[in-house]
This record gives sequence, C-alpha cells and structure tokens, in this order.
Amino acid sequence: MSVTTQREVENPLVEGLERLPVHPTTLVIFGATGDLANRKLLPAVYNLAHEGALPERFQLVGISRSEMSHDEFRTMAKEAITQFSRRAADADVLDALLTDVRYLPGTFNDEDVYGRLTETLDCYDQEAGRPQNRCFYLSTAPSFFPVIVERLGHHQLARHKGADVRIVIEKPFGTTLEEALELNKEVLSVFQESQVFRIDHYLGKETVQNMMAFRFANGLFEPVWNRNYIDSVQITAAEDLGIGSRAGYYDQAGALRDLVQNHMLQLLCHVAMEPPVHFTADEVRDEKVKVLDAITAPTVDTVADMAVRAQYTAGSVGGEDVRGYLQEEGVPETSTTETYAALRLEVQNWRWAGVPFYLRTGKRLARKVTEIAVELKPVPHLAFQADGSVGPRPNVLVLTLQPNEGVSLSLGAKIPGTRMRIRPVNMEFLYGTAFLSQSPEAYERLILDAMRGDATLFTRNDEVEAQWRIIDPIISAWHDQGGPVPQYEAGGQGPVEADRILIGDDHWRTI
Amino acid sequence: MPIDTVWSERDTTPSEIEEALRKLLFERHGEDARYVPGRVLNMVCIVDREWAGEVVNRLERTGRYHASRTIIVAIESGRTTIDAVASIASDTDPRPGEFALLRETMQVTIGERHVGHLDTIVDPLVISDLPTMVWSPHGHPEAVDALLSLAQVVLLDSVDEPDVGDALGRARELTGAGLYVVDLAWLRSTPWRERFAASFDPGSLRAELRQLTRVEVRHHERSRAAALLFVGWVASRLGWRTDALMTADGTWRGRAHGRRQDVDLALATDLQQSVPGLAGVTVETASGRHLSLDRGRGGLRAHYTNQRGDDRTWTVVGASRGEPGILGEGIRQALLRDPTYNPALAAATTLVP
Repeated sequence: MSVTTQREVENPLVEGLERLPVHPTTLVIFGATGDLANRKLLPAVYNLAHEGALPERFQLVGISRSEMSHDEFRTMAKEAITQFSRRAADADVLDALLTDVRYLPGTFNDEDVYGRLTETLDCYDQEAGRPQNRCFYLSTAPSFFPVIVERLGHHQLARHKGADVRIVIEKPFGTTLEEALELNKEVLSVFQESQVFRIDHYLGKETVQNMMAFRFANGLFEPVWNRNYIDSVQITAAEDLGIGSRAGYYDQAGALRDLVQNHMLQLLCHVAMEPPVHFTADEVRDEKVKVLDAITAPTVDTVADMAVRAQYTAGSVGGEDVRGYLQEEGVPETSTTETYAALRLEVQNWRWAGVPFYLRTGKRLARKVTEIAVELKPVPHLAFQADGSVGPRPNVLVLTLQPNEGVSLSLGAKIPGTRMRIRPVNMEFLYGTAFLSQSPEAYERLILDAMRGDATLFTRNDEVEAQWRIIDPIISAWHDQGGPVPQYEAGGQGPVEADRILIGDDHWRTI
Repeated sequence: MPIDTVWSERDTTPSEIEEALRKLLFERHGEDARYVPGRVLNMVCIVDREWAGEVVNRLERTGRYHASRTIIVAIESGRTTIDAVASIASDTDPRPGEFALLRETMQVTIGERHVGHLDTIVDPLVISDLPTMVWSPHGHPEAVDALLSLAQVVLLDSVDEPDVGDALGRARELTGAGLYVVDLAWLRSTPWRERFAASFDPGSLRAELRQLTRVEVRHHERSRAAALLFVGWVASRLGWRTDALMTADGTWRGRAHGRRQDVDLALATDLQQSVPGLAGVTVETASGRHLSLDRGRGGLRAHYTNQRGDDRTWTVVGASRGEPGILGEGIRQALLRDPTYNPALAAATTLVP
C-alpha cells in the first residue's frame, strides 16, 4: 500500500522531486545587519539560492537600525556571503539573488518602518501579480521580540489574504518561565501557533535528525531502549573555547540558559521520546512534550542534589595559557554566572523510571565534543574472570554530534592469546564515511522549512514552557545562593563538585 | 599534505589485487587511526584503455561526490593478462579530533577476452553489501551485461548514443532487468522539472495543470533524450496518452491526449545552446496563460503572460551545475530512488518517431 500526502494528490508533479516546491515568499529579516544575519542567515539564503532551492519568486528585505541605502546593504550582504558561505559564491547567482533586495533602516518600534515595509511587500505582490507568502525572521536582541510582534499585528502584517504569513523567532525565547509565558502570550495574541517558528538551530543539524532515524528505523535498538536494559544516559556538550567577545550576552545568560534549557533538553527529548505515529510537526512535538512533562521539576530544596554549577579559572587549553572567566574582558569581577552546569534528571514514565539522565555543558573544558552516551546494564552473570585484563564492561552506545558525527558501540572482545581475557573494543560508524553528500548548514534547512510551513524542527509554545518549568527553579536557587561559585581549571574535565549528583557507581565520561 | 599509497603489479589476479588493497588500508590505518575508509558505494567504470586517464579526470572533477571504492576496468585490445594499480588516498590530513576519509581506487587493465567473464574479475574487488554502480561511457554494453548480476545501479548518459531511440531502448532494457538506471540526460532535466512543478504548485494554479494545451522544449542539439524525458515526465505525471512525434525541419512535433483536451508537443533544437541539456521550456494553458523558462545569468529567466495582458519577467535563481556537477549528481543518485523515472522513460519511448 502506498502512502501519499495531500500535496502529492493535489500536484502530481512533485512526487519524486528531491526539493519540494516552496511557494513564492518574501523573507524579511529584522536585525539584518547583525552578527547572526551576517554569519548564518545571509550565507544560508545564498546557499539555498545556489542550489535552486529558493521559491521561484523570492525577495529579501532587511530591516535594522543602521542607516544605509539599498545598495549599501547589498554590498554588505555580498561581503557577508562571500566571507561566510560554506561554498564559494557564484557571481551570477549572487547578483541575481541580491538585485532586488531592499533595506529599510529604522528602529523596531518606529511606526514608519512598518509603513514602509507594508509598501514594499505590496509592491512585491503587485510585481508578482498575486499575493506572496511572507516570512518575518526576528534576528534581533530578545528585548525587541514583543515590540516587533505588536507592530506587525498593528499594521495588519500578521495575515495576508490568499497567502501565508510566518514568523521565525530566534532563541532565547525568554530568560525565565515567566518571561517565556509572557512572550508566548504576546506572540499568540497576534499570530496563531501554526504561524510561529521558534528556532533551536540544534534541531536543524543532520545528526540530531539522524537520531530519530537511528532509533525508529532500526529494529536492533528499540527493544533495549528502556529501563530494563539501560543503566544511565549522559549528554555532554563540552567546548574548549571560552566566551570570546560574547561577555555581554553570556554573563547575563550562563551555561544553563545558553545550552541546557534549549539544546540539551531537546537532545534528551530525542533520546527519550516515544515513536510518533507519523513524522509530522505536531505528532513529533507532542511526543517531546510528553517527555518534558514526565521530568519532575526540581524544588529549591532538591536543586543542590541534582544540579551543579561552576566557573572556569585560568588554565591551559591546547598548550596555550588561558584566562579564567572572571578575568575575561567585559565580565564583572563579582560575576556568579556559571560557565559549567551539570544536572541529573529523571523521566518519570513507564519506559524510563529510575534511569538517571545526566546533562553537562561547559566552556573551556578539555575538548570540544557533543555526545549522548547510553550505558547499558551489565550482563547478569559473568562467566569470565577478569584477572589479567580489564574485563567485561557494560556496553555503551555513544551518539556523537560533533566533531566526528557518528555512532559507536563498546563491546567486550577476547584478547588474542591462550586465555579467555576480555577487553572493551569499539564498533564505530562514522557518518561522513557512509554518505556522499555534504550536510547543509542547519540554518539552510530551517529557513527552508519555515518558508514551507513545516514546523517539525521548531519548538512549540508548550515545549518551550515545559523546558522552562524544569530549568526555572534551578536558576532561582542559584540566584538566591549567590556566590562563591565552585571553580574548575580551564582545559580540564570540569569541577569535582559535579560528582556529587551521580548515583551509585555512575561516573562522568572522560571529555 | 596527504599522499596516495599505491601498489601495482603486472600479470596479476583479482585475489592479489584485493589482498594488496587490504594491506594498504591496514598500513594507512596503522600510521594514523584517524584515516578511515569510506563505505558508501562501489563504482565500476568500464573504459577504453587509451581513455582511462580522461575518465579518471572526469571523476576527479565531480568535487565532493565520489564512490568510496572505484574500480576502473580498462579494456586494451589484444591484451591477454591482467595488470593492476591500486591506491588509497585522502583529500585531507586528519585534523585534531577529527578523521580523514580514505577513497580506494583500482585500475585493472584487461583484454577483450576477459570481458565475457568480467564478473569473476570484479566480484572479488567490490565491497559486499554496498551498492555497486556500473558506468561504461565508451560503449561496451557486453561488459555491462557481464556485470548485471553484481550491480544494482547502471549509470548512463542517453545523449552519448547517436540514436535517441536506441538510447532510451537500452535504458528500458536495463530497467526491465531490475536495475536502477541513473541517466545523466534525466538529471539534466531535474532543475526544469523542479521549477515547472513549483510554478504550478500554489493552490490557485494547480487546476491549470489539467488545462495545458502546449508544451515546447528547447534543447542542445545532442540532448534530445533529455527533452524527451522531460515531456515523458509531464505526460506520465498528468496521465496523458502519447504517440510518436513527427519530424519537420529538425523539430519533433505531435500531440498528447489529456483527459480534457489534446496537448501540442514540440521538441526544438537550440543551436545557440553550447552545453548539453535543456535550453528552455514553454507551456500554455487553455485559459491563455503562457510561461517560459529559459537559461539566463544566475538562474532561469521566467516570462509569464496571460489573456488579461499581464506580462512579467523575472529570474528564478540557481547555479548551473555544469557537466562535472551532473556526473557528481549521477553518482549521488545511486543511493536514491526516483519513482518517476521509469514512467517518464516509458512515455518518452513512445514519443520517438
């Protein structure tokens, strides 16, 4: 029995096409001269153009506070694309893409900006002879999200007869549960949830999507993917770099908000979720919300037992001496912002009850690695003696997201010789060795999906709120505690205090 | 700088070649465990000995799409023994914390007398359980036939055949034998198919697909196969009945029969077109809409008119892949399956005069 989608029935030409059509769209980037737009968004748009993946009619409008003309913006965009695109820019494609780009200078609360935006969008519709979809991308400081949303609504730009309007909102979506609730309320007072695309760019990474393929397309793993066989799950997002020039942002955010509240909880969801019946946006997100709802939010009293924070001190990374966090440029001497966070969470449902999920992230650790390690329970009876060898160890399945995307499974194997001695060996699958294609940048996939209206890889309102419900009590507890914050030496494995949240014989994997 | 590791031998056997390659891999991995072999695709290229270098260069120029193990079978007239060169190479040195991908290449030089039993030479050299693609750009269909039991995919280019009917017939013969055919002529029409599908995708325009009254395809003088496959695709997707076209002044014309009305078809050679593939597509509908897509700078130039007098021109942005890009795409397609190719091929075959 073949399965066809509604789209295939309606347009018989799309079946078999690798790139599904995207309807004519105007993409409006708020914050178009900012760092994210320059480094990620404009290069992503270019790469989509290069591959012929953009809609047959596509227009780009940039809005930012900087005063510049259309031509100056085009020049800036061209330079950004040339510098940051993953492929060398083709001059003809670049010219064709940027020829009709418009730039509207002004502050985001300036009524005049939205008047000029309306004129520009109407003008594009007239040129096309029909209404075009509109996609507003908010690549600004989070404090501008509410005002932009409100102004778009006020200027009747949240709806467009005969076409779709979508809004893409960058992270962070609030800095506390209260803020997230308030922001959701403001956004949903103007847009419907189906129009809202909250970006977590981790979800656009091929390897994160591959986790679902790994779990749900292989009969081998799912039977053991539960509390009966799995001892613990450890999710690590370690960086060897410091905060660089991001002190202003980072000292306000900290590791918990920067990575755990969004990316790492999403990874946890991908590990723990039940298989959706269909791979549709709402069914996938329903399953993720169930996982988040099954995590008991800590209380002020339990935070110390399940969460650890720390700051890096001076040390050595890659053979180079580096400064401690408090000595970084722009960081207040009295800062209590964590550069390391480790949590132990439990998913209280039939599949996972009793299995600890350890999450840790940090700056200036020994190396850059993002991985999910699933440790299986040991065999119930050991027939082999361990003398003279490392002996059997529990199997560990490691899904590595970066730098070497792939999967490894540790197995016990006999050491060659006359005796039955066992040591762990690794069976490795490296993603890059098995496919011909170069992975697209996460933003390319996400921008295209947003223009197409596919929200599978975006975070829904209830998902964001459920994430904050878990993280908010920890933030409050740490805020109330103040300093001093535990410390760890840059270039190392993190603070010794992190061992405090481990259960039984569990241990942190070496970074 | 990465260096190829090479082994060569005269008057050798497939077993010796396979063993030598295993040793090369073992040595390379022993030097640095971050060198890892790719395990994606076996590709067997059957070429005339004197053109082997040219084919290797074509494969090099495809950029990032390479089979993980490439076996060049070079046929030399009068040869009685087998010579072989095996090499493993990486495009990069492994960076800290990362791995470097190795590609394996073998050139096996054989005589005509070996062709009938080519499977017994190639079988020990391919990696089991990986898909195997066969490409024979210089003809040698008998060599391809000898490998059909080993291969799952055949790469061909219908524009290489002087007679388009023979070209499409050969593709049908191979698909009939259960192989997946990747035809570069089909891939040359991909951007046109995508754009054509997109032009009629907005809900208000989909009904127009049932009202098409004319399809004209302009093509490079040697790329009639690509044009036929494009029209065959439209016909098969929209359920048209097709008959053989007629030839007049170098243009192939005829009619397809849709549910509501007949559709005028035309395949015209564009002598200005310098590269293989399509030069332009024009469609018209019963309601008087007219849409043309033609090659232009930075993408396809779209031109739209209707009975109300609307007249619009714009660029559908996209880069030309060039011939190396088309070949690279052909290699990549070995891992995919396009369910619309066989119906398009069947319809295209009926259009040949």
